[in-house]
Amino acid sequence: MKLRYCLSGHPTLPCNVLKFKSTTIMLDCGLDMTSTLNFLPMPLVQSPRLSKLPGWVLKDGSTFLDKELKECSGHVFVDSVPEFCLPETELLDLSTVDVILISNYHCMMALPYITEYTGFTGTVYATEPTVQIGRLLMEELVNSIERVPKAQSASMWKNKEVQRLLPAPLKDAVEVSMWRKCYTMPEVNAALSKIQLVGYSQKIELFGAVQVTPLSSGYALGSSNWIIQSHYEKVSYVSGSSLLTTHPQPMDQASLKNSDVLILTGLTQIPTANPDGMVGEFCSNLAMTVRNGGNVLVPCYPSGVIYDLLECLYQYIDSAGLSNVPFYFISPVANSSLEFSQIFAEWLCHNKQTKVYLPEPPFPHAELIQTNKLKHYPSIHGDFSNDFKQPCVVFTGHPSLRFGDVVHFMELWGKSSLNTVIFTEPDFSYLDALAPYQPLAMKCVYCPIDTRLNFIQVSKLLKEVQPLHVVCPEQYTQPPPTQSHRTDLMIDCQPPPMSYRRAEVLTLPYKRRYEKIEIMPEVTTWYVMMLPRRLLNMIQKLGRSDHL
Amino acid sequence: MPEIKVTPLGAGQDVGRSCILVSIAGKNVMLDCGMHMGYNDDRRFPDFSYITQNGRLTDFLDCVIISHFHLDHCGALPYFSEMVGYDGPIYMTHPTKAICPILLEDYRKITVDKKGETNFFTSQMIKDCMKKVVAVHLHQTVQVDEELEIKAYYAGHVLGAAMFQIKVGCESVAYTGDYNMTPDRHLGAAWIDKCRPDLLITESTYATTIRDSKRCRERDFLKKVHETVERGGKVLIPVFALGRAQELCILLETFWERMNLKAPIYFSTGLTEKANHYYKLFITWTNQKIRKTFVQRNMFEFKHIKAFDRAFADNPGPMVVFATPGMLHAGQSLQIFRKWAGNEKNMVIMPGYCVQGTVGHKILSGQRKLEMEGRQILEVKMQVEYMSFSAHADAKGIMQLIRQAEPRNVLLVHGEAKKMEFLKQKIEQEFHVNCYMPANGETTTIFTNPSIPVDISLGLLKRETAIGLLPDAKKPKLMHGTLIMKDNSFRLVSPEQALKELGLAEHQLRFTCRVHIQDPRKEHETVLRVYNHLKGQVFPFFFYPPRNGLELIILR
Repeated sequence: MKLRYCLSGHPTLPCNVLKFKSTTIMLDCGLDMTSTLNFLPMPLVQSPRLSKLPGWVLKDGSTFLDKELKECSGHVFVDSVPEFCLPETELLDLSTVDVILISNYHCMMALPYITEYTGFTGTVYATEPTVQIGRLLMEELVNSIERVPKAQSASMWKNKEVQRLLPAPLKDAVEVSMWRKCYTMPEVNAALSKIQLVGYSQKIELFGAVQVTPLSSGYALGSSNWIIQSHYEKVSYVSGSSLLTTHPQPMDQASLKNSDVLILTGLTQIPTANPDGMVGEFCSNLAMTVRNGGNVLVPCYPSGVIYDLLECLYQYIDSAGLSNVPFYFISPVANSSLEFSQIFAEWLCHNKQTKVYLPEPPFPHAELIQTNKLKHYPSIHGDFSNDFKQPCVVFTGHPSLRFGDVVHFMELWGKSSLNTVIFTEPDFSYLDALAPYQPLAMKCVYCPIDTRLNFIQVSKLLKEVQPLHVVCPEQYTQPPPTQSHRTDLMIDCQPPPMSYRRAEVLTLPYKRRYEKIEIMPEVTTWYVMMLPRRLLNMIQKLGRSDHL
Repeated sequence: MPEIKVTPLGAGQDVGRSCILVSIAGKNVMLDCGMHMGYNDDRRFPDFSYITQNGRLTDFLDCVIISHFHLDHCGALPYFSEMVGYDGPIYMTHPTKAICPILLEDYRKITVDKKGETNFFTSQMIKDCMKKVVAVHLHQTVQVDEELEIKAYYAGHVLGAAMFQIKVGCESVAYTGDYNMTPDRHLGAAWIDKCRPDLLITESTYATTIRDSKRCRERDFLKKVHETVERGGKVLIPVFALGRAQELCILLETFWERMNLKAPIYFSTGLTEKANHYYKLFITWTNQKIRKTFVQRNMFEFKHIKAFDRAFADNPGPMVVFATPGMLHAGQSLQIFRKWAGNEKNMVIMPGYCVQGTVGHKILSGQRKLEMEGRQILEVKMQVEYMSFSAHADAKGIMQLIRQAEPRNVLLVHGEAKKMEFLKQKIEQEFHVNCYMPANGETTTIFTNPSIPVDISLGLLKRETAIGLLPDAKKPKLMHGTLIMKDNSFRLVSPEQALKELGLAEHQLRFTCRVHIQDPRKEHETVLRVYNHLKGQVFPFFFYPPRNGLELIILR
């Protein structure tokens, strides 16, 4: 019997717990950061507009919330350090979790909350690129929040009675009591020190009862799917996989075959957009803006799709006549991210590996840096302000537009219609992200690039690997709410998938009939047939003696 | 009884030409495929006709494993795969796969272009050979076929060096290749888990040496280099392009920086710059310190060390030159050696092991008059120093690895017979395991005693574990059941199920015998006493309270 606890309702930032053969295994611990959209942006440079916002007043005129909530561009935002929505911590005692398996660096952002606050004493398993890049993402997050000291933290509005009176979307925000402030760097280091590095196809024995194996999932550097198996049961955990040829090693599909249960999470968040088309649109919009003398802002994470975008631009800029336009990559971890991307040869696709064998750097951004076309800076302060030339293209975080250097550029460039902001990360609704900056003169282009599996690829994959049962988030079992007629945008398989939602416990159906034991080689040489005769001799001897 | 057979085709009581055949549970694996630096004739390559006289090698070998890129471990590979003929898989790590073809090409050039040999492998053959290579990750379990699996561990000898575990069912062999148990300036220490192989095949280059602390050796080295340079002498350090070279470069680079020295340091051949590139791109294979700081400063970007030009050798004044190859058997290092050997101010430092027959070996054994090509006699007046910087485990390290892996048997290769003998005794004394040291072509057979994996029906398992105490996972436990052997699989099921499955009727056998006992006690008391007595004395495993139709005693 296998039990499955679902601790996160976000289909691409999962957090599940599997109880399997008396081992408690947590699968990913994603952090839902969409909660930050309810907060005001944190400007790096004092912004007169944001600091003079009126407090929010209830309909009956009471003003007790005006310190915590501010009205901005017709919406109400919480004026406080942004907070994140944690995975469920009450559903089961998290100190009983034996191991945590991480599938990719986006799905480990809640790790410090789990390892440092719940009494967790187990081991975390992840690949080396996942850990290194995950560390960079966390470092950037902590850095961009700690850089702006904001004394205030708001809590009054979270009171259930108060929350009811608030306008949407605050009124409908779920689990606000679970929202937490960002962790600190010491907590990140402590959490990461609990990770044990693993390689693809490495068989890891857990207490001699269960074997877990990471497989390449093709989505990001070091991203993995996991096989959790005993001798007779096999659970496949598929999370954030891609069949497109980008920079990572291709997905290992064959090893997923013959699963009793396949848990499917992390499909594309934009099933209607074709990543290749989006990249083309990204390039042409970028070129057009720059040619007209405008600047381009690309809110992004410091690793992942940015490598592919830089590679596309590397091939594109000369033909588009952009060779004199500076590209800036601003992040506290920009340099590390660019350097790290070059040293994970073993985790790259075949083409990039072949380049390393030459030996040449696998990513062409090395050349962009060498020729001074791409420059990177830890922040807008310091060297950047001296080198800064317009028009230019800026890659910076955070994609939520609530913190990080991106806030500064939104304030700086938002008023001019020459400039463009291009959204490529699919994690946040771009309209919600832009809400506190309205009205904007700047052009906004939405080119979400999500390389994860779409529904056509999923049904092909399921046909290929033939699992007995499929388990997936409930969102995947119905068409998206905004496109209810698109019945092709849901998982279609036989038997129908079992679905789950946040805070639900599921019993997985499969039952085993056999178990593996080992017979000691001595047994084959025991005189089994001698037994009755020896027994008789013994009894006869007893009868003759005076033992009794 | 199941057995594992091991035959070294090279590296049996010898250093060089590593090539070891292993047969385990019907699978044949070849470990390394090296050349011998000491020979220029047929003996430089392993004698592959031992494997088969006329068939194709592919039919006899399931796979080939290469531990690292040194030529004495991979130098015969293109000859083996392209000229003798092998199309099966060849496994090595990513850095090895990247660097190996470059060293092979270099070796080919020296042999064919410089020495003018024919009937040697070509550049194309090296390329074709590398196409058969499958790169493996550390700790990745590679399924060669349904039964045979291999797994690589970090060996710390050179960039990408690995140890390999070969496993079929319950039987396994671990092969160390060359390894180093102490982390150095650029590599980490070898590590293997407690995999308890039936056989551990370990190198034993430094079987009898227990090296003093690394720090002392380094200080000694720096002092000697410094002194020579101070008095205007030239220092020649013959190295292989990749490996110790980088270690010593880092050492000298930091020393030059600290002491603010001006004498030039050169590194011969264009190979080096390329070599350092590999170290930069495969930085995940270096030690923790370098990995941690590489974003700020890449240790393999040297400031003081420049490329060497042939003309520099005649320049006056002091200099330090790293030149390839490491054993002074050919190439640039030998050329420079000939130029500088006559001057007693100069010094040659041999930082690694030299195979018999090489110039390096000759001068290290005290020879001062060398017969060169063309009957020319070269008198060596320069100082000759030997400093062991090769990243091999010393006797202490070898013992440490054995302790880590807990093998049931040990087999020594890649060492000299006399030294092996000493180590063999030590291992047998300390670990109480058999230790073997076969010569080339000699087969060692090891009997294994593997457990037999059986499927047990869950019902039976639960019923059996319900009796008695909770089972201890690590201890053997007695179970009753019926073993069904069918289609190559073993299943343990309850007698009822077995009868049903096989369509047999149940028969009962009863063994009886009549025993007279004189006992004044009551009947049931007597029964209990007989039972308790027997329980304590006989067959603690087999004896259970009366059940399963075993009527213990009938009293009259």
